Amino acid sequence: MSLTITPTAALATVWNAVLPPEISAMTTLTNGDDLHLSLYRKMFQIRRFEEEAARAYAQSKIGGFLHLYIGQEPIAVGASAALRPDDYVMTTYRDHGLALARGMTPRAAMAELYGKVTGCSKGLGGSMHFFDKEHNMLGGYGIVGGHIPIAVGTAFASKYRGEDRVSMVFFGEGAVSIGDFHEGMSLAALWKLPIVFVCENNEYAMGTPLSRTLSVEDVSLKALAYGMERDRFNSEHVLQVRDRLGEAIARARTHSEPTLVEIRTYRFRGHSMSDPGKYRTKEELEERKKKDVLLRSRIELEEKGHKAALEAIDKEVEDEIADAVRFAEESPEPGPEVLEPTTYAGPFAR
Amino acid sequence: MTVLRYREAVRAAMIEEMERDERVYLVGEEVGHYQGAYKVTEGMLDKFGSRRVIDAPITESGFTGISIGAAMVGLRPIVEYMTWNFSAVAFDQILNNAAKLRQMSGGQLTIPLVLRAPNGSARQVGSQHSHSMEHFYAHIPGLKVLAPAMPADAKGLLKSAIRDDNPVLFMESETLYGVKGEVPDDPDFIVPLGVASIVREGTDVSIIAWSRMVHVALEAAAELEKEGISAEIVDLRSLRPLDEETVVRSVTKTHRAVVAHEGWPYGGVGAEVADRIQRLAFDELDAPVLRATTLDVPMPYNARLEQYVIPQAARIIENVHRVLYKS
Repeated sequence: MSLTITPTAALATVWNAVLPPEISAMTTLTNGDDLHLSLYRKMFQIRRFEEEAARAYAQSKIGGFLHLYIGQEPIAVGASAALRPDDYVMTTYRDHGLALARGMTPRAAMAELYGKVTGCSKGLGGSMHFFDKEHNMLGGYGIVGGHIPIAVGTAFASKYRGEDRVSMVFFGEGAVSIGDFHEGMSLAALWKLPIVFVCENNEYAMGTPLSRTLSVEDVSLKALAYGMERDRFNSEHVLQVRDRLGEAIARARTHSEPTLVEIRTYRFRGHSMSDPGKYRTKEELEERKKKDVLLRSRIELEEKGHKAALEAIDKEVEDEIADAVRFAEESPEPGPEVLEPTTYAGPFAR
Repeated sequence: MTVLRYREAVRAAMIEEMERDERVYLVGEEVGHYQGAYKVTEGMLDKFGSRRVIDAPITESGFTGISIGAAMVGLRPIVEYMTWNFSAVAFDQILNNAAKLRQMSGGQLTIPLVLRAPNGSARQVGSQHSHSMEHFYAHIPGLKVLAPAMPADAKGLLKSAIRDDNPVLFMESETLYGVKGEVPDDPDFIVPLGVASIVREGTDVSIIAWSRMVHVALEAAAELEKEGISAEIVDLRSLRPLDEETVVRSVTKTHRAVVAHEGWPYGGVGAEVADRIQRLAFDELDAPVLRATTLDVPMPYNARLEQYVIPQAARIIENVHRVLYKS
């Protein structure tokens, strides 16, 4: 099956536009409800984690920047469901969702936001720099696009060693104008590396809409110049995200070929906590919230008779997040002794 | 011992380490089929094949980032830039990723990476191709910076760099590639990082230098000897870590110091060395520490002006006279 999108399809742009069947058709939604419930649980965990993080931020318990993923959860969760645990992932500074989706504990995540030594990065990284080597979550990065070649490098290493691991790198549509995106894409295609580039197009590069940052509105077109396969779809269901990314992952794993996938999504919060979001209307936001994919899963699972299971999930997740907050509050801060060993491996070079 | 040119010593280090460790590979522009822009990598493609000697397109930021990513998951890349000047377009990768990933990840990651290229002035290559980039990079915690002057040190230090678990920036020099010297054949020969070497003993003044300027300092010392001035030359070899003990020991003996380097005088490694001497050996000094550097302007193309801007033996001698109050 070819994943190449026709130019006609490329014109189907807005979130709720009627897309040709080959674009909008959701595949394999008939998967087991157990899987759907577990993915719902993960999305809900991320949502509740971030809501509590926002609350703690408002109370000045978390410093610096806090970029929330609320609204985009199905992408990290769907992707993680399609990947193997030994596959490498990397993302931007909007990284809580991917870290939790890959298996980081809410405790390690919340403690990192609180700057505590029990955090995933010992309190040295903060919200923008979650790392979890054990789960091959190789980071949240603060320079837009700068992580894209790094992710390509992990794919290079897999190919060099003859492994069948896949790398997946996430970035926003705001990253596709910067050089590192193009250098990473160009080299991945030239060297046929097993990587999936996932553009989470949430329509706003901070406060600037896509129409004012890109000369084409179809981000997946960027693949053409590199002779790279591409895909493009709206984030409408967590299982659909899993299946569509699964095709690109299979191409990388089986044929060692990269793919650019553009997923249209929407963030319900501002760019960061300090962003009131005045560049979009209240009506637009309310309209988008009605299409919350998390809510869609919940309604669907309720309709299928899983109300009791959902209520159990609610309780478990609430307990988990409350426990994470308590853990973060009670954890010690890192002392100066952590600084030098984390700067150099071995003796400090001064 | 074998007499090798500097470029052959660099090549020997890479070949030995690639033979020793399958995880080590080489990537850069023209390193393979072209045999290296300065022939440092000549013959390596034939020896190791295109899997391990990789020609990259002109994408310094891209292949630097890729090498950081590969290092993060266990490979040990050697990146060759055609010159250090071109690393400027990869500066973000070096500053924000190579140097910081270990710390940002709370120590979870190590980045065993070597970045190497010729550095400093060449001959009339103009302002964009004559930078001394060690001053920018030595400023950054998380990086190590080496700048050997002699073929044996080039081999021994590069081997140490390849075996190091941190990003190591290795500064060569286009004007040093033809310099010959005795180099140990023993594949276990290495030079440890952070150890300076006394390349000339003296009693009246310490000249502290690295890379090409060690040779210029030797020239200056020969001239000074004719005047009856005995200059000791400290070849730092390693700029970060910096062997301040050897510097202090030398200054304690001579009581006078001139730092000689390419690159601008504002800040930089020379200023760092001067600061350490005044902090650690203040009571030993009989004169302020002076610096003989590139003049504070972009490099001109004109041959006479270029020679005027680059520090020559005469500028070192002039500064030695000043610290001896002989001018």
